[in-house]
Amino acid sequence: MFLAYDVKDNPVMLYMKGVPELPQCGFSSLAIRVLKPYQVPLASRNILEDPELKSAVKAFSHWPTFPQIFIKGELVGGSDIILNMHQNGELKEKLKEISGSQENKSEVNC
Amino acid sequence: MVLECGKRDGFKRRATVVSQLTRASRMRSKLQTALEASVLEIEDVSHQHAGHAAMREGANSNGETHFNLIVVSPKFEGQSLVKRHRMVYDALADELQSGLHALSIVAKTPQEIVLNPK
Repeated sequence: MFLAYDVKDNPVMLYMKGVPELPQCGFSSLAIRVLKPYQVPLASRNILEDPELKSAVKAFSHWPTFPQIFIKGELVGGSDIILNMHQNGELKEKLKEISGSQENKSEVNC
Repeated sequence: MVLECGKRDGFKRRATVVSQLTRASRMRSKLQTALEASVLEIEDVSHQHAGHAAMREGANSNGETHFNLIVVSPKFEGQSLVKRHRMVYDALADELQSGLHALSIVAKTPQEIVLNPK
């Protein structure tokens, strides 16, 4: 399934509403605002553009809401959790290796 | 008194009030049962998201689509944040199927509240 490749190939993968440059929901926007300053490549897919993608992601992750943030193949959660991890330092730890090793990774095109 | 309202009007108004209470109160009892919460705060913030594109899809949700939750439960002990959120989502699976769109969740254990009251 392509979602398995998405989250495997992209150290930070977001399924969100809108695109990182223009999120279309407050929660997706919050997730981007938290992640941006870490300057790691953010791959994303816009679930608003594709209802099938939306249900596929929900079924894949067993998580009912968006955004969904995967780091190194693992669902870390939505915007509440990413904000929490930012505040308690966990996010920095998790993203540490990524910033160095994945500089040239490009974004996924939807 | 609402004497000047026609019978139908009065009925309609009551029906709306009842259904508006419904999701929040259903959520309360489901979370209480599943998580044995010692603190359970449910705030309806749907109005902040009115007109938001996705909201027009959920026409049968009576406008109860977005909530802030604070849940303190001993069942969260030893569980990661993802797991805690999953426990909340699992308890509310039916609601999420029927138009509940987004939750902002604060999930703590009783100890975490004592150690760090904020």
